[in-house]
Amino acid sequence: MACKIIFDRPESMTETITHYCPGCTHGVIHRLVAEILDELGLRERAVGVAPVGCSVLAYNYFNCDFLEAAHGRAPAFATGLKRTRPDLIIFTYQGDGDLASIGIAEIIHAANRGEKFTTIFVNNAIYGMTGGQMAPTTLPGQVTTTSPFGRDVANVGYPMRMRELLSALRTPAYIARVAVHTPRHIIEAKKAVRKAFTYQNEGRCFSMVEFLSTCPTNWGMTPVEATQWVQDNMVPYFPLGELKTPEEEQDAD
Amino acid sequence: MPLVQIEKDRCKGCELCVHACPQEIIKMSKEISTKGYYYAQVVDQPRCIGCQLCAIICPDLAIEVSANGVSYRFFAY
Amino acid sequence: MAKVLLKGCEAIGEAAVRAGALRYFAYPITPQSEVAEYLVRRMPEVGGVFLQAESEVAASNMIFGAASTGERVFTTSSSPGISLMSEALSYIAAAELPCVFVNVVRNGPGLGGILPSQGDYLQATRGGGHGDYKLLVLAPSTVQETVEHIMLAFELADQYRNPIMVMADGLIGQMMEPVDFSAAPKPNPPDKSSWATTGAKGRKPHLIKTLFLSPQLGEEHNRKLAAKYDKMRANEVRYEAYNLDEPRKVVMVAFGTTARVCKTAVDALKKEGIEIGLFRPITLFPYPYKPLRDIAERNEMRHLLVVEMNMGQMIEDVRLATSDRKPITFYGRQGGIVPSPEEVVEEIRKLL
Repeated sequence: MACKIIFDRPESMTETITHYCPGCTHGVIHRLVAEILDELGLRERAVGVAPVGCSVLAYNYFNCDFLEAAHGRAPAFATGLKRTRPDLIIFTYQGDGDLASIGIAEIIHAANRGEKFTTIFVNNAIYGMTGGQMAPTTLPGQVTTTSPFGRDVANVGYPMRMRELLSALRTPAYIARVAVHTPRHIIEAKKAVRKAFTYQNEGRCFSMVEFLSTCPTNWGMTPVEATQWVQDNMVPYFPLGELKTPEEEQDAD
Repeated sequence: MPLVQIEKDRCKGCELCVHACPQEIIKMSKEISTKGYYYAQVVDQPRCIGCQLCAIICPDLAIEVSANGVSYRFFAY
Repeated sequence: MAKVLLKGCEAIGEAAVRAGALRYFAYPITPQSEVAEYLVRRMPEVGGVFLQAESEVAASNMIFGAASTGERVFTTSSSPGISLMSEALSYIAAAELPCVFVNVVRNGPGLGGILPSQGDYLQATRGGGHGDYKLLVLAPSTVQETVEHIMLAFELADQYRNPIMVMADGLIGQMMEPVDFSAAPKPNPPDKSSWATTGAKGRKPHLIKTLFLSPQLGEEHNRKLAAKYDKMRANEVRYEAYNLDEPRKVVMVAFGTTARVCKTAVDALKKEGIEIGLFRPITLFPYPYKPLRDIAERNEMRHLLVVEMNMGQMIEDVRLATSDRKPITFYGRQGGIVPSPEEVVEEIRKLL
């Protein structure tokens, strides 16, 4: 029997070796999106929108049309794209600084209008590209370069739960939070990505998958320690699971 | 018999696969790759069960898994 | 159809639709909210897209996204809104995407007021956003000319793959005037499939980005943009020389609505046998430096009178054009006050 490859690079990913730090789970999230684009046969209709942040260079790793939005503006950018070409599969790939800080108005209004694109939101509780500053999702007490004595919630408030915040909007949407720090979590996460892109492909609703992700370099940990930190600290504060699906909104108030 | 191939020059030495392998047959090399990383390598291929967890957790697509004959599907991926 | 009486804002909307721009993303702001009110009804009639954004920041980035598909897209706003859109303008110019921005200028700075002004001249011509980018800026003085400029803007946007700004003002936006669309050229946008991001089907993926981490590539890109702007300077200068067929002692320099007021002043003085000239730049970038210099260098030309609805902005370009060889006097009104022809005539008399 010939040797058959059962796990390989998805066609929607290029061969380029990523610039991400060793153990950074951006790479895993990229692969999950690419695998779904392949499995749903969307690659040739897909247009990705990169943010400003570590994943600004995402366009080097995806094998589909890609664009680079201004910092925080990807949801508005994607709105213009999707409204102009509703036949295309549009996704934004954004970090927590991009989506939850400078771009929070854009993501809230895109979700509230029910824009039919998919947002891949990577929450690693820190600003990566700029060198480890505090982000809206930085945990209480977490040390960063702009919270050197740990995030002081009395001074700068609590980390923002974007899944919960967007799920409070009345407009139907698919909003879930997943993680990628263990294979089991990755397998679960892929299901959410598949559902998100399926809802878009059906022209059903806005979809966002929030990923808890690691940042070994700026957290000052080894990659393996970082995955443990996600389990011990991030998951309790950012509970996983689907919080909003378009079906349940049908008979709401 | 499943075969795990780790591409030495894609591996960044993050060791996530080492902890993901249920058979604990992935260890870090003693030499460094062209990019200066200690890379992961399979040390006991025959004991590999083809579960693909190493490839699933690898952030850099450095691991390719192939199998001949029956390969078990432990989960839908 | 022959002439139709239209409010400036509505004419702006209709002109864009006639130019085949069926994608409009905008945000309300006096004195141009009526463009949106017009288009929310009109776009469905022509299978277009109308969307009100949550802010001008969002609206301009929707334009950025929509323009990447190669479709004709545009937005309209007014001074404070254009300030918010300036970040996107820099990005769109860097990404070399065609689109049209209409600025119905209101008086500033700050919240300012809702009345006409030309206080955004330097913002439009020197760049409200960051980096070495330029917008080709057209300055109409009547509702009819605004319609023609908007249609021209879409052709220029596609030709140069650059955002084009049509800089009207609150007067043009709020005034009703007869408009004739019959001369409107049928839109025939060029093929943009070589760069548009419409899905990599049967081709290599397209990438539209403005990040250049490599200094060499960054400089190379800036040089490419600069060459484009030089081409604009060489080929797209537009101006009107009014009553300047003969050398004149006093020549006024004014654009947009103010130039229209100055024409009335020129005509009034002509009845008294006093011949005054008016030089009206139509493209604010590329500015008509050379034609203005030629006029200024005529021996008979004694004095330049620059009239603007701001505290003196285009006067800088007049000084650049003439290198201060002849005396230049400035007369400006702000706060939304439009100078009257009589005021202008008084200013001229002081120079005779």
